[in-house]
Amino acid sequence: MKDFSIFDIIGPNMIGPSSSHTAGALRIAQLARGMISGEIVRADFTLYGSFARTYRGHGTDRALIAGVLGFGTEDSRIRDSFHWAEEMGLAWNFIVDTQNKDCHPNTVDILLQNREGERTLVTGVSIGGGAAVIKRINGVDIDLTGEYHTILVRQQDTPGVVAAITSALSDHHINIAFMRLYRESRGSLAYTIIEADEAIPAGAVAQIQSHPSIQSALLIPKIGA
Amino acid sequence: MNVDFTTAAELLAICKKEVISPGEAMLRREERLTGASRDEIRGRLSRSLEIMKAAAQTALSAPQKTMGGLIGGEAIALDQRRRTSQSVYGAVMARSVAIAMGTLEVNASMGLIVAAPTAGSCGVLPGALLAQAETFGFSDEELINGLLTASAVGYLIARNATVAGAEGGCQAEVGAASAMAAAAVTGLHGGSPVQCLWAAGTALVNLMGLVCDPIGGLVESPCQGRNGIGVAGALVAAETALAGIPAPASLDEVIAAMYAVGRSLPSELRETSLGGIAVAPSACARCGGCG
Repeated sequence: MKDFSIFDIIGPNMIGPSSSHTAGALRIAQLARGMISGEIVRADFTLYGSFARTYRGHGTDRALIAGVLGFGTEDSRIRDSFHWAEEMGLAWNFIVDTQNKDCHPNTVDILLQNREGERTLVTGVSIGGGAAVIKRINGVDIDLTGEYHTILVRQQDTPGVVAAITSALSDHHINIAFMRLYRESRGSLAYTIIEADEAIPAGAVAQIQSHPSIQSALLIPKIGA
Repeated sequence: MNVDFTTAAELLAICKKEVISPGEAMLRREERLTGASRDEIRGRLSRSLEIMKAAAQTALSAPQKTMGGLIGGEAIALDQRRRTSQSVYGAVMARSVAIAMGTLEVNASMGLIVAAPTAGSCGVLPGALLAQAETFGFSDEELINGLLTASAVGYLIARNATVAGAEGGCQAEVGAASAMAAAAVTGLHGGSPVQCLWAAGTALVNLMGLVCDPIGGLVESPCQGRNGIGVAGALVAAETALAGIPAPASLDEVIAAMYAVGRSLPSELRETSLGGIAVAPSACARCGGCG
């Protein structure tokens, strides 16, 4: 059972109109933004379920763009995020998919591209009350909420990689709250998600990145922190 | 000392033993739960209060242009009538309803609000608290105590039932907000912990069965009017409790009953826009752009 805080009840402070369709959508995009390095120049969104049907009236489109731009749920620029995207050099496109009935009602695919042409495809779900979960990254099923300080590691699935990650964290006195591993298949691409109570220093990330089997390690700051 | 509670009965036991208000019990629980200090928690609530005041101010200054275009300008119309005519329900209620419905306007126009407990019910608590402060001169510190009392009630409902319209209908959203506001107002006027929880229970019972049927799936209409009845119901319940009239059952029983009613509502009446006023032909015609 989730432990409710006062601010789960009196809050979140948010730009309306909907905690699930506006604040939750923004949060998905905020998390997705943390899953690619460098400057994001393009975002393609595919909307499913209720997102696909009611996105305009809920400002879901504006909220998603705002999230990619790094705005928080309280930022009054959300309403004008189309303008800010132009200003900040972000190209975007929305596709509406009302046919797919297999997913959660409030689901979005976000394909992000950075200046170097690297792309990351993220699937996120808005689960109510402004909370969100990332369910998939580049074809691998994951589970990431951003409620903790998180490191997302992309690695080759080989022995010793996980030990290298955990020792880098213990070297920096980070206590791991949760740790999960996901992979496509044996020996192929894998993801490690580590959630910690404390902020994770850049030094720990750099140490993880220096391992030869690790392709990338990205720090996803705790949302609201 | 155990400061956590999961039921209204446990909350009342703590209030009685420690001789504290439900809001103070919630504050002590939060300190233990999060490690934050009293001042930090009250400071964050002071920010919540500022956002509530700013949203009310915005709605009462100019008509808001909402995303769906189903509403806009109602708060100003109501406040104008309060100032120029004899309100049928008196000045406090008139101000409460204008602020509640106006806050919903701000929400629908992508303005900044505090979900309390949800965005769709965000007008009820500020409508109740801010109008009480204007009329009776309650200080911000007293209003923060009110927010704490409200959060204790909202927590019990979220913990033991739901505050999501998709799960429990509007009775779970505006009903919960109304219960929270009723307890807060009762506390502001010197009601005992028992009376605060009577008020919450009465408010929740009085809106029991209220369905969630947003036109076009938008958080605009009938949500705005329901925020109006939510705050009106909160004041009725507070006055009832302060007059010494108990709720029909204990708050724990009321919350359980509300949850059972919510689960027995057909899905058409739980935020899917497939029933209720959302399918009335003229309502659909106004919306136009829905799927």
